[in-house]
Amino acid sequence: MTPRDQAKRELESLTPVAGNGLLHRRAFLRGGAMLAGAMSAYRLVPSASAQKLADDPWSLAPGAAVPDYGVRSRFEKNVVRTLSNPKAEPRTQHARTPHHLLNGTFTPNSLHFVISHAGDPDIDPEKHRLVIHGLVKQPLVFTLDTLARYPMVSRMAFVECGGNSAPMFSNEPIQASIQALHGLVSCSEWTGVPLSTLLDEAGIDPKGKWIVAEGGDAPHLSRSVPLTKALDDAMIALYQNGERVMPGNGYPMRLLLPGWEGNMNIKWVRRIQVTDQPGMTFYEARTYAPILPNGKAYRFYFIQEVKSFITHPSPGLALSGPGFYEISGIAYSGNGRISKVMVSADGGRSWAQAALQAPVHSKAFTRFRLPWRWDGGPALLQSRAWDEAGNMQPSRSELVAARGQTTKVPAVTAFTSQHYNAIQSWSIERGGEVRNVYA
Amino acid sequence: MSTRKSPALLIVVPLVLLASALFAQAPKLGKPISAADLSDWDINILPDGTGLPPGGGTPVDGARVYAAKCAVCHGPEGKGGANARLVGGEPIKNFESEKTIANFWPYSTTLFDYIRRAMPYRQPRSLTNEEVYALTAYILSLNKLIGEHDTMNAQTLPKVRMPNRDGFIVRFPDKTP
Repeated sequence: MTPRDQAKRELESLTPVAGNGLLHRRAFLRGGAMLAGAMSAYRLVPSASAQKLADDPWSLAPGAAVPDYGVRSRFEKNVVRTLSNPKAEPRTQHARTPHHLLNGTFTPNSLHFVISHAGDPDIDPEKHRLVIHGLVKQPLVFTLDTLARYPMVSRMAFVECGGNSAPMFSNEPIQASIQALHGLVSCSEWTGVPLSTLLDEAGIDPKGKWIVAEGGDAPHLSRSVPLTKALDDAMIALYQNGERVMPGNGYPMRLLLPGWEGNMNIKWVRRIQVTDQPGMTFYEARTYAPILPNGKAYRFYFIQEVKSFITHPSPGLALSGPGFYEISGIAYSGNGRISKVMVSADGGRSWAQAALQAPVHSKAFTRFRLPWRWDGGPALLQSRAWDEAGNMQPSRSELVAARGQTTKVPAVTAFTSQHYNAIQSWSIERGGEVRNVYA
Repeated sequence: MSTRKSPALLIVVPLVLLASALFAQAPKLGKPISAADLSDWDINILPDGTGLPPGGGTPVDGARVYAAKCAVCHGPEGKGGANARLVGGEPIKNFESEKTIANFWPYSTTLFDYIRRAMPYRQPRSLTNEEVYALTAYILSLNKLIGEHDTMNAQTLPKVRMPNRDGFIVRFPDKTP
């Protein structure tokens, strides 16, 4: 018996901890590397069968010149964002993150989701200015160079569009990839200057209760933020995953409000006015005010609440045959750290606790993992997350009871409502295909 | 108990001093800027009318500006085209209802603020304050929210009460001032 077969047998002897083949979250750790070697990888195409090994051309001659700015392998060219408006027609553009083709806990800068309401401005960083004024003792203007001299902080933080997962409000499940369903959330390490430092320098008038932040883009997009949040963990972010913030994410600086609605994290931020009242700007008075079943609408739905979804497998990433897989996904909460993720393979009849990738950061992606032995039959995968504030991800029926659903199937790109954070159910079909279902 | 506490206090006090010393080291590199120098950027209009500039405009003036600069996207008389209609709207029933100015927007000041900062789409900030007042008056008049001869200015605009003013519930009252 080869070590691989031995490992496989050992895995098969493990007793599932929940229905339909879910194994203990540390099952692979017990067996070490050999067990890991027995796992089937997720594949987009069937793998080649084993054959005699030989040197390939790339092993027989020197390779290419190292570029000054790295680019990924040409074999990865299909790992891209999907674009809603690639010709930049005069309306909003959306670029969605391919969660099924990524792993880990942060999003590469080139694949971070973007929503631009009038394209990405081409800002000259030397000419960019940040003004703080309004109810302050001394209005101040900052350049990028001056901000670069301030004490900085780094933190992981997800940014999620308030409209992410909007297709899930459809009365019938829409068959689309996880990218189309949940691609408007990403996570980065952001580095910049705490906004509190700059507000303290300007001197906040005791009458100040809000800030109204504005971008230097064509719509001069503006949102109101309670001063308490601005003084808590808000940041003027200059770096994203170690390099300057990408143009689509606010180059040369953006407002970062960890855990709060993406649209409020003003990109290309150029002005912050301290006020005694909210601005009731277009995006808060109209757009990000989700209508409830009674005809009233929520205002100031600041927080992106506790949420999780399984990325591996997911629609767009089929299983390649019965056997061992690692179920993994991402969980996050605008209310703090993820405290627990439970996974079910039988539509919620039984659950097993997933392993959380350490370190678990507050208001950031947490990768959860659980080994699974798929027997090739139908399975219904779900994940449910809890945060340290005690919030539990709702079921879809609970969310729909409170918030409503459509009466007819909308376009997958439609934003019928916002702030959807319910449990996601994936149906595994006999051939390994993964479908979006309501369970 | 008390003898154990005093050494801890001795440690805490220097830490507090150190923290405030670090705080005082913020470089304070912001340059003071005068109201005159930031006036071109100072464009927020608040719901009580704070920020509204001098001047004014009427629906008749607005109709002329609209035909020249807005109708290409929003259709004749605000009836909609490539982009959203600006007139009419059934009462809001649920989230499949179309949000319009007449049936949803809670504050008239948002119209002035948004037109001035973001419109026309391809030439934002190209309208004069008079043109923005006139367009605001025209759209409010098309929706029969003001009379067709009413002038909109810093005094009259904030007083226009929008039909859905009270149609909202604050989602997180404990986080909202």
